[in-house]
Amino acid sequence: MPDVDTGNIPAPAPAVEAPAQFTLFSRWLHWAMAIMIVAMLFIGAAMVASLADYHLLLAVHRPLGVGVLVLGVIRLVNRFTSRLPPHPKSMGSAERRAATLSEYALYALMLSQPLIGWGMVSASGTPLKLFGPVRLPAVLPHDPGLYAVLNDMHMVLGYALFLLFTVHMLAVLFHTLVLRDRLLDRMALWKVQRKKH
Amino acid sequence: MDQEDEQAPAAQPRTPSRRSTVLGLATVAGIAAVDVGGFLYVSGRLTPGKLTPARLADGFETTFGKHAGFRRNHAKGVSVSGHFTGNGAGSAVSTATVFESGRRSPVTGRFSLSGGVPDVADTATTVRGLGLRFSLPDGEQWRTAMINIPVFLDSTPRGFYDRMLAFKKVPATGKPDPAKAAAFLAGHPETVKAMKIVKKHPPTSGFADSTYHGLNAFHLTNSSGHMVPVRWSMVPVQQARPAAAKPPEDRDQLFNTLVTTVDAGSLRWRLMLTIGLPGDQLDDATVPWPDSRRQIDAGTLTLDNVQTEAEGNGRDVNFDPLVLPQGIEPSDDPLLSARSAVYAQSFARRSGEPAGTSAVNVSQVLDA
Repeated sequence: MPDVDTGNIPAPAPAVEAPAQFTLFSRWLHWAMAIMIVAMLFIGAAMVASLADYHLLLAVHRPLGVGVLVLGVIRLVNRFTSRLPPHPKSMGSAERRAATLSEYALYALMLSQPLIGWGMVSASGTPLKLFGPVRLPAVLPHDPGLYAVLNDMHMVLGYALFLLFTVHMLAVLFHTLVLRDRLLDRMALWKVQRKKH
Repeated sequence: MDQEDEQAPAAQPRTPSRRSTVLGLATVAGIAAVDVGGFLYVSGRLTPGKLTPARLADGFETTFGKHAGFRRNHAKGVSVSGHFTGNGAGSAVSTATVFESGRRSPVTGRFSLSGGVPDVADTATTVRGLGLRFSLPDGEQWRTAMINIPVFLDSTPRGFYDRMLAFKKVPATGKPDPAKAAAFLAGHPETVKAMKIVKKHPPTSGFADSTYHGLNAFHLTNSSGHMVPVRWSMVPVQQARPAAAKPPEDRDQLFNTLVTTVDAGSLRWRLMLTIGLPGDQLDDATVPWPDSRRQIDAGTLTLDNVQTEAEGNGRDVNFDPLVLPQGIEPSDDPLLSARSAVYAQSFARRSGEPAGTSAVNVSQVLDA
């Protein structure tokens, strides 16, 4: 159960009470993956539009995608085994539902994108090089038609992930900077002061 | 969701001042603009003049028409297969297993004519292509796409794109607009020089006796970690004969001759590795290396089977020049990354379209 703060609020309240935080492991996972996924989105978009840097960006995109997949699986397990802080009071029930659904969608996309990428390179018949001699085995047979479908999916879901990330980030920033409910503190890497003594 | 039911009875927030609300909103809007703007910028959407793989592929479709299911360039072709046998000489300069003495690597290949028209009439002067995929142990591959001219005509992707459009055939005359072509050449001395070199190497009689050049430079690394620059070519074992003076009578004559020759026996080429020296051009395929450069005969390519383009054969291979085995690395030549990007674009487009029927039908040629 979340350690809901029922503490006695000193009067006058200096500001908003700090919210309960996610576990430290969850917070580190969140920010490590945030950097990786945002980097992946921008690298992916730049890669398909670049002649000169295509090869270099692709060489980064592939191992980074494997990193997202590995951390994504760890995160999925962590999500359903760790204690979650409650939503803050500043969020209405509809907003809470939207936040939860978008969280599920983010998980679905961050896990499916690397898998689709892996499958699509497999279907193209090209060896999937990570670094040096390290390669990933093909998970699908060489099939250009399948490659074309997966390639389109990878692009459409990439845009969807970018949009969802953008909405997620802006919603948290709106809460934090406009509503001033300290929502971002739930995910802060440092420990936030919860009680005034 | 346990968090649905929980509510922290937090303190009632102090109503933020109007000023801080406006500031907060402005900050959120600013971050949104940077995020979305940055994403659109890197994806090339804010810079319509920037040459991207998609725009270069569009350039092929503008120049040659859109032919669904076919490669955007080198659209007319036939699939071949065979093997490459290394003689060990290449192992002195590269750890790539393909060069190992006595190793026989299966090869899938494709002969083609340049240009995006899949049923173009064969002419002696149309650039001939040979794409090869060497299958190496443990799923490793080496792919190369070579052509029968000794230097490339452009040093940059932009030069290639501009030349393609400048030399686009005018429907009325069947020839490029002389003014456009001249204007392009006036701004591209490297292309003029390269064209002069190409003129000195007239085409041979057909696919079988052509020398195919990889053109772009690569780096080879040997077992002691020593790295040397390289350019490679496939030199025919078959006696090279000059092209006939008359244009071919049949629109598929070059391909038909290839099909009957391979069917009658095998064709062979020697893989020649030309080792560059300091000062040799590594990032510009329009500039030849001196003839005195050390050449290593690394082994023999044997092509003994020819097939109409179909599922699973050379048709379905993207001869991406940057699919390389351990022991071969790309150089800084900007054309390599650009070729890889545009080939991928062409492969994605044609793979999503219904397959086209190849103009070269092996069984029809052999039955005739």
